[in-house]
Amino acid sequence: MNNLAQFRNKNHVKILVKKLHSNYPGGTLKLMEVCGTHTMAIARYGLRGLMPDGLKLISGPGCPVCVTPASIINASIKLSELPGTVIITFGDMMRVQGTHVTGTRVTGTHVPWSEKTLEIRKAEGADVRIIYSVLDMLEMAREEKNKNFVFISIGFETTTPGIAISIIEAKKIGLKNVFFLTANRLIVPAMHALCRAADIQIHGFLCPGHVSVIIGYDAYREIADQYSIPCVVAGFEPVDILLAIDDIIERISKKSAGVGNAYGRVVTERGNTQAMDIMHQVFKPVRAEWRGIGSIPNSGLDLRDEYTHFDALKKFNIKLVSQPEPKGCKCGDVLRGVIIPPECGLFSKTCTPETPVGPCMVSTEGSCAAYYKYGVGAE
Amino acid sequence: MTEKKILLTHGSGGRMTRDLLEKIIVPILDNPALNRMEDSSLLSEIGARMVMTTDSYVVKPLFFPGGDIGKLAVCGTVNDLATAGAKPIALSVSVIIEEGFSFDDLKKILYSLKQTADSIPVPLITGDTKVVERGRGDGIYITTTGVGSVPDKVHLSPERIEPGDAVLINGPIGSHEASIICARNDFLLGADVRSDCAPLHTLMKAVLEAVPDARCARDATRGGVVSVLTELIESSGFGIILDEEKIPIEKSVQSICEILGIDPLLMANEGKMIIIVPENKAELCLEAMERVSEKGKSSIIGRVHDGHARLTIQTPYGTSRVVTMPMGTQLPRIC
Repeated sequence: MNNLAQFRNKNHVKILVKKLHSNYPGGTLKLMEVCGTHTMAIARYGLRGLMPDGLKLISGPGCPVCVTPASIINASIKLSELPGTVIITFGDMMRVQGTHVTGTRVTGTHVPWSEKTLEIRKAEGADVRIIYSVLDMLEMAREEKNKNFVFISIGFETTTPGIAISIIEAKKIGLKNVFFLTANRLIVPAMHALCRAADIQIHGFLCPGHVSVIIGYDAYREIADQYSIPCVVAGFEPVDILLAIDDIIERISKKSAGVGNAYGRVVTERGNTQAMDIMHQVFKPVRAEWRGIGSIPNSGLDLRDEYTHFDALKKFNIKLVSQPEPKGCKCGDVLRGVIIPPECGLFSKTCTPETPVGPCMVSTEGSCAAYYKYGVGAE
Repeated sequence: MTEKKILLTHGSGGRMTRDLLEKIIVPILDNPALNRMEDSSLLSEIGARMVMTTDSYVVKPLFFPGGDIGKLAVCGTVNDLATAGAKPIALSVSVIIEEGFSFDDLKKILYSLKQTADSIPVPLITGDTKVVERGRGDGIYITTTGVGSVPDKVHLSPERIEPGDAVLINGPIGSHEASIICARNDFLLGADVRSDCAPLHTLMKAVLEAVPDARCARDATRGGVVSVLTELIESSGFGIILDEEKIPIEKSVQSICEILGIDPLLMANEGKMIIIVPENKAELCLEAMERVSEKGKSSIIGRVHDGHARLTIQTPYGTSRVVTMPMGTQLPRIC
């Protein structure tokens, strides 16, 4: 039996579910899965259907595409209009809409045609390329010296160290035609913001597996201690997720929050300190806007002084302009776990993966896309 | 207002492709046979039970583990004929080549095309070649048109699907797209993945000899198993439930899907047939499939029901989820 099979083993799942039901203290408890990949996995394996009555799994702000503010999308579209500029992006960003810079939506047409996305810009002739690794961009920039390359830099701690390495490398080899539109975010400050919000009560955090590989599970201690909310890191297979939920419920029952790690095969207490050092070498924490949530102190990353010549906004003199969310779109409430996607009036009506209104429906990691794809709430 | 442009999503085999066909292409070309939007059309006007189909091949890269655009251009069209239960009679081949394309590559592709056609065998009876300016094509595009004849008693159509029918597949899913992903991105080169690109006329012949009243068949190409089944659900008005544990998949393909965050059920195949037969003929059909394909790879993966007309998957944990049509190109996730 291979590793994956064990973590999907149905007998293990059965045992863990039984344990969960017998340990459940009753009443309503809301556990937030911070990470978009957890949202997807929970929907894919139908884990909600296995939970005791009263235990609610709510989705959080852990989809990097979803939390990227419209101002960044608008800026990337503006950059794609500059002659000789190549936009480099992760695939997920292709279909996210900015909001209309000029004001009203164009009415009477299909939504995607009325508002620009990088996918539409590509069809209009802009040079937009999807990559898996940022280092690929450096290769392109070396070969096509007559073009400027701009990377739409999004992602949490999982992704950011890799981007930092590319920036260090670009500096080392003296590339003058690569730039970064930085919108990277840090996860723990966002969890603080959610804990402080008055409109949502969270009883436990299912902490992101991939991010925790980098930041280590100890990073959540401040959340657990300050707000007495248990934080347990989970992997992405059914057994991983159930182990973490069991752990959270046990902590709630014993009234001792603390931090747990149910993803021990890859997550350690301190994480990948080398990756964190590289990230901090290139970036410094700053106050940053999250789509639908608002401005959160120390939650974003800006290039440090010695790297500012890579800053695309400075180089091309583009200002980020805050944009109101599309009318009726409740992505903000979804990202904060205040509502679940089917509670939004647009969900699966005017907002579908084909014609997304908000970012949570666009990204494959988005809560709305997960609920839609796996038919949750469609009954 | 922004002028409408063709997006890559329009070619992905998902909902947008369906929309483009239903709203633009089929209404303009309007013809009763074409309007049924089946993979090939019965030429009843000329008397015999003939079917005709056409398909264009624009795969990139042109050569991939397990095949190339030439082999694909024959298999794809022969398989579209096979969905009607047809024996291939003749093919036409249209080639659009970009200025500057290598002669060696062209020859390799043509030999592969010829070899595949001979192995079936089906004659390539007509063709056309055009060259476009450099930058106006992508190396080479091939369009093949196929004509086939359908045995008298065979009538495969989604209209014949009934509740209780069994859904079968002839082997593991996703290998073609996985091999393309590996070849296209120059990564995961160590992965042992080969395209399943293969002609399926023999498979269909065996199935129809064993189960002449088979209901319908579709090759699960672009958009994968989910797209095909969603179309069958829409055409028949019945729901389909799949048993996740019964869906065959190679370990290597599954690993690639895990790494990239893509769903094998949405991945393209080039040698996989979804076959629907009456419930009491399922085992008979399975035996026939096993006789002509690799042992132990075919599987009864689900059944038709008269409940909610949608696609549902039963997980190994006793839960189920609804699956919707792919929304366009699957985009690799970032974390």
